[in-house]
Amino acid sequence: MVKSLILTGFGINCEIEMGAAYKNAGAEVTIIHFNEIINGKYDLQDYDILNFPGGFSFGDDIASGKVMANKIKYKKMANGKTFIREINDFVANGKYIMGVCNGFQILTQLGLLPDLQGNQEPEVALLHNDSQKYEDRWVYCKVNSVNQSPFLKGIDLLPVPVRHGEGKLVFKNDDVKEKIIANNQIALQYADAEGNITEEYPLNPNGSVMSIAGLTDTTGQIFGLMPHPEAFLSFYNHPDWAKMKRNGKELERGETGQVIFDNIVKELKVRKVKS
Amino acid sequence: MFQIQTILRHGYKDTKALQLQKKIKAQLGIDTGKIKTSKLYVVDYPIRQDELKAYAEKCLQNAFTEQVFINRFYDEATYRSMIAVAQLPGVTDDVGMSAQMALADYLNRDIDWNVQHIYTQDIYYFERDLPADVLQEIARAFLGNPLIHHIQTVRKTVSGFDFTPYVPKVEMTTDEKVEVINLNGLTDDELLALSNERILALNLEEMQTIRGYFARPEIRAERLAKGLPEQPTDVELEVFAQTWSEHCKHKEFNALIDYTDKDTGEKKQINSLFKTYIKASTDVVQEHLLAKDNKWLIKVFTDNAGTVRATKDKLFVWKVETHNSPSALDPYGGAITGILGVNRDIMGTGIGGAEMLFNTNVLCFGSPDYDKKLLAGQLHPRRIMEGVVAGIEDGGNKSGIPTVNGSVVFDDRFAGKPLVFCGTGGLMPDNYQGRNSWEKPIDAGDRILMAGGRVGKDGIHGATFSSVEINEKSPMSAVQIGSPITQKKLADFMMIATRRGLIKSSTDNGAGGLSSSVGELAEIPNGAVVFLDKIPLKYSGLKPWEIFVSESQERMTLVVEPDKEAELLELAEEMEVEVTDIGYFTNSGYLDVRYKDKIVNYLDLNFLHNGVPQKKMIAEWKKPDLKEPEAIDVDNYHKVLQDLMASLNIRSRENIIRRYDHEVKGKSIIKPLMGERGTSPQDAGVMRIDHESFEGIAISNGICPQYGDIDAYEMSAGAFDEAVRQIIAVGGELPNMRRNDDIFWTVNDNFSVPDSFYHPENNPDGKEKLAKLVQMNEALYDMATFFDIPMTSGKDSMKNDFKREGVKISVPPTIVYSMVAKIRDVRRTLTSDFKAEGDLIYQVGKTYDELGASEFYKLFDELGANVPKVRKQEAKDTYLKMMQANKENLLVSAHDISNGGMAVALSECLIGTDFGADISLDELGDLPLNAKLFSESHSRFVVSVAPENREKFEEIMQDKAIFLGKVTGDKRLKVVDNREGIIDEGIEELENKWKTKF
Repeated sequence: MVKSLILTGFGINCEIEMGAAYKNAGAEVTIIHFNEIINGKYDLQDYDILNFPGGFSFGDDIASGKVMANKIKYKKMANGKTFIREINDFVANGKYIMGVCNGFQILTQLGLLPDLQGNQEPEVALLHNDSQKYEDRWVYCKVNSVNQSPFLKGIDLLPVPVRHGEGKLVFKNDDVKEKIIANNQIALQYADAEGNITEEYPLNPNGSVMSIAGLTDTTGQIFGLMPHPEAFLSFYNHPDWAKMKRNGKELERGETGQVIFDNIVKELKVRKVKS
Repeated sequence: MFQIQTILRHGYKDTKALQLQKKIKAQLGIDTGKIKTSKLYVVDYPIRQDELKAYAEKCLQNAFTEQVFINRFYDEATYRSMIAVAQLPGVTDDVGMSAQMALADYLNRDIDWNVQHIYTQDIYYFERDLPADVLQEIARAFLGNPLIHHIQTVRKTVSGFDFTPYVPKVEMTTDEKVEVINLNGLTDDELLALSNERILALNLEEMQTIRGYFARPEIRAERLAKGLPEQPTDVELEVFAQTWSEHCKHKEFNALIDYTDKDTGEKKQINSLFKTYIKASTDVVQEHLLAKDNKWLIKVFTDNAGTVRATKDKLFVWKVETHNSPSALDPYGGAITGILGVNRDIMGTGIGGAEMLFNTNVLCFGSPDYDKKLLAGQLHPRRIMEGVVAGIEDGGNKSGIPTVNGSVVFDDRFAGKPLVFCGTGGLMPDNYQGRNSWEKPIDAGDRILMAGGRVGKDGIHGATFSSVEINEKSPMSAVQIGSPITQKKLADFMMIATRRGLIKSSTDNGAGGLSSSVGELAEIPNGAVVFLDKIPLKYSGLKPWEIFVSESQERMTLVVEPDKEAELLELAEEMEVEVTDIGYFTNSGYLDVRYKDKIVNYLDLNFLHNGVPQKKMIAEWKKPDLKEPEAIDVDNYHKVLQDLMASLNIRSRENIIRRYDHEVKGKSIIKPLMGERGTSPQDAGVMRIDHESFEGIAISNGICPQYGDIDAYEMSAGAFDEAVRQIIAVGGELPNMRRNDDIFWTVNDNFSVPDSFYHPENNPDGKEKLAKLVQMNEALYDMATFFDIPMTSGKDSMKNDFKREGVKISVPPTIVYSMVAKIRDVRRTLTSDFKAEGDLIYQVGKTYDELGASEFYKLFDELGANVPKVRKQEAKDTYLKMMQANKENLLVSAHDISNGGMAVALSECLIGTDFGADISLDELGDLPLNAKLFSESHSRFVVSVAPENREKFEEIMQDKAIFLGKVTGDKRLKVVDNREGIIDEGIEELENKWKTKF
C-alpha cells in the first residue's frame, strides 16, 4: 500500500482534508506532529510521499514558511541529523513531496523548489499579495502541458480555492525565470474559465509573475502549489455546484481536486509493483 | 542587547507601504510621499557576533528579497521622518516568540520559550518631513493603539534619525504581600468606596453580605483553626468579586423583576429572566422532544457550551458569546480574543477536546462614514470595523477554523460600543475510552493542571472591568491580545490527550482566570487546593491575588487522575505545550488557596457560589405613540431600488467575507458567496460533518435590532424567525416532526442591551429598557416552545453604553439567535441564485403592509408603526410546505426575504448570474405597491422552480406560493404592477450599486 506521511503542528491546519484526499485515493495515511519526526518516533524513509499541508506555521511570522523551514534546516533530530538531510535522502531514493499553500512556502524557503542548481538556495519567493490582504476565492489553474510530473497527469484546467495572503511568486532574477521555463518546471498558472492564462486580478489573485500558481523541481518529484486541491474533494465543494446540477453538468471525480491525489497514488502504486 | 533590522530590497513592491500611503491620503488628506516599511528585532540574549550575523541572515532575512542591518539602523536619504511602533510591556509579541523559536532551532540550544528574549517592532519611513503631531495622527489612526503600543515619532536631523528602539521589558519588583482587609466598622459609604477602589464591582448589599460571612461564628472558628486572619485577605475579596461578577453570575438575568404595564395597569413579578424564559423554554422543548422519542438534546446551560447528538457516535457542541467592551477599546485584540475565547469554550466542554468545525460572527458597528465628533477615548467606527474584522480574520484563519457564516449590522447607536458576537461549533466523539465525553466527573484526589500560556498581568479585572492608571513600566492589564498559534498548539494537544483518555475533565480560563475555572470545577467534588507559587508566570512581581484572577489567554484547566499525569506531561512536552500541576481536588467544602505554604484564601464553596444576594429591578412599559407616515409617493422605483441595494445594511459584504477562510477542512458546501463568479449572496451556511458521509449542518444568525424601536417583542420574535427561515431556505427541516428523528436544532441566544437598571439621574429610562428586555425574553419563550427549537447556551451583555464628556451612546436592545440544524444530506441543499432561463419565480409566504422600521422607510427618514409580526402558525405551515417541496426535488433556488423586502431579495437572486427576471406583482393581492415591493414581513422566500414542475409545486404549496414570473436571459429585472411597468433595470447596474464599498 502507498504510504503517505502528513506533517502537522505549529499552526499547520489542513492536515485533515489532505488525509481524506489520500485515503480516498487509496493510500495509507499517517498524520504526525513534526516533533514526532524530530524525536525519532517516526522515520521518513518508511514512507512513499511526504506532505506539507497548508496553514499558518508559526503564524506566518517573520515570513511565511520561514520559521518552519528554519527548523527543518537547522534543528537536530534525535539521530543527530537535520530533517533536510532526511529529505534529501528521501528524494534521492525516488520518493515524492507535496506542499500546499504554507507547505509550498516552506518548500520554496527550503530551496527545494525550484532548486535549479541542486544546492537548495532559495530562487523564488512568495511575497504579500498585490491586494495586500488575505483572500479566499476560487480560481482556475491551467496545467502546463509539457510538465511531466505525475501529479498533473491528464489535467488541463482545474478550478480550486486559493486562501492566502502571501502567494505572489517572484523570481530571484531573469536567469531563474528562463531556466524554470526551459526546464518545464512551471506546473500551474492562474487562468480564466476558458483556460487562458491571465495576469488580470482577481483571476490571478495575488499578482504572481507569469501567473504562476505551482512549481515542480527539476525531477518532477517535488510539487508545490498555492491553491488547495484538498479543499475540493467533492463536486459539492464547488461554489457553482447547485447551478451545474440544475443544468445536468455535475463534475466527475477527475474534474475535482481529488485528481491530483489519485494521480500520485496511482503512480506510486505502479512504482511499488515495479520495485 | 542587539538589533537586527530587515527591509525589502529595491525592486520588490512594498504593498503594505503602498496601501498605507493610499489610506492616509484618502482618510486624513495627508500626502506622506513614499513610504517604506521595516521590521526591527531587539535581541536580549547572550550570543556571539558571528552567531548573531548568521542568525540574522539565515533566519530573519527573507532570502533574496530583503536586506538585513545588524546593530545599525537603516537610514536612507529619501526618507525624512519615521514612526516606530512597539508593544507595551507584557503585550503578546508573537513575532518575537517565533524569532526566538528560530534562534533556539538555529543554535540547537534550549531557550525557554516562555521567557521573552526577542522584541519586535514595526518601522515606517516617510519621504516627507512630517511634523510630530501629524506623525502621531497617522500612528493613532492606522498603526497603533496607545493602550497596547508604544509609539515613537522621529524627524530626521542633520545627523540622521536619532532613534533608540524602545524595549518593552517587564521590570517589576517582587511583591508577594497578602493584605488583610478589615470590613468591620466600615460605613456603607466606606464599603462602597472600597469596592470601587479595588475595582471589585460589588454593590453595597453584596459587600455587606461578604462582611456578614466573615462575622459568622462557625466561619471565624474554622479560620482560627486554619491560622487565617479573621477578616478577608485581598485574595478572598478578589475571589468574591470575580465569582459574583455580572459576567460570571448573571445577576441581572437572575434578578427579581417587578414589571408594570402602564397601559393596562397589569403588574407581574418575574423571578429570574433566565429561569422563567430561557431555561423554562428548553425544559418545555425537551418534554416535547422526549414525548416523540427524540433524544438528541444532551446537555444544556450547565457547561461551557451546549451539547446535542449529531450522529450515532458524535456530539455537536457550540457556543456564541459577546466580546463588546474589549472590542471598543482595542478592536483587533478584542475580536481575536473573542474568537479564541469562544474556541476554548468548545475545547473545555464536558471532558473537553472537541474538534472545531467552524466559526461564525455577528458584528454591529456605527456607520463607517460616521461624521459626528468623537468623544475622548472613542474610536471611529471605521477603525473599529477594520480592527474587528482583522481580529476575526486572524482568529479563524490562523487557527484553521472556517468562518462559514456571519452578519454585519450598521446603526450609529453602535458607534460608542460595537457589538461583537463570536461563535464556534465543534464535534466531539460521544465517548473517550469508554467514558461519556459530555460529562464532567471530578473526584477528590484528582490533580489540577494548568495548560497553555503563562500568567501575566494581562486582563486582570476583565470580569470586573474598569480602567486603571497605566504605569509606563507596568504591563498593560485591561486589554489582552490572543495568540492563535499558541492556542492552536493547545487545541491540538487537547484533542490527542482526551482521545487517549488522559484528561478526566477540563474547562477554559476566561473571565476571572483560575479563580473562576478552579472555583467552578471545585463545586463538583466540593473542594480544591491550589498552590499559587507553582503557577508559571510570564515575569516575576505578581501578587498572589493577581496570579489567581489574571485572565492571560490561551490557558485551559485540566483535571487529571494521578496515574495518568506522567503520560499527559510527556505528551505535552512532545507537543511543546506547557502543562503544570498546580493543586488537587478535595471534598472539604472549601476553596483552599495557598502561597508558599500559607493559606491565603479559604472560602466556603457553597456560600461562594450560592451566597450572592438576588438583585431587584424595576420594569415599566408604556406603548410608544407611533404612527405610520402618509403614503410615500415614489415616482422613480429605479432610484429607490438602487438606493436600497447600496444602503449600508444591504450592500455586499464581499470585502469582509473574502478575508475569512471559509474552505479550510474541505467541508463547506454553501459558502457565504456562491455561483459561477462566486458573488451571489447566500442565507445559512452549510457544511459536511466529516469527509466520510454527506450528513451536514446548517448555520444561521438572526438579528434585527431596528424593529425594536417599534416593538421589542416582535424584534426578538423576528430575529428568531429570520434564523429559522434561513435554515429552511437552504433546505433544512424543522425538528420534532416525526418520532425517533435525528434532526437536531441548537440555539445560542445572545442579549446585548443598554444599561437597564433604573437610576433617577444616571439612567432615567432604565425601567423602560428593562421592560423591553422582558418582552424580548417573552418572545424567545413563545418562539422556542412553538417550534421546539431549544436554547442550549447563550450569554447576556448588560451594559452596552459608552459614557464620556457627559454624553451617553447606548446600543439599541439587541438579540442574536444563532442556530445550527442538522442536514440529512448536504447534496439536497439549496442556494439562493437563479439557475436557468425559463425557471418560474414564486414568492412563498404572505406579504403584509408592514413597512415599520424597514429599509424603505429609512430612505425617507420614517420609522412608521407597522412592525413586521411573526405569525407562528402561518410561518410553520409555510416552512412545512417548503420542506415538502424540497423533499420532492422541486426547488431550484430559495432565498429568504429580509432587509429591503421582496424587491431586494429578488435582485439578490440575480446578482452574480447571467440572468434577468420578468415579474408581475398582480398576484400579491390587494396591497399598496410599496408594501408589495419593500415590506419586510417575516417567514417569506423567493424561490425558483423548473417549468416542468409547476403543477406539482403549486399543488404542494397551495396558497403559500404566489407566482411572480420567470427567469430570463436578458440580464434585466423587469417588474410590472397592474400591467404598468414599475422597474426595468440592468442587473449590472444593480450589482454595481450593491457592490458599493464601505
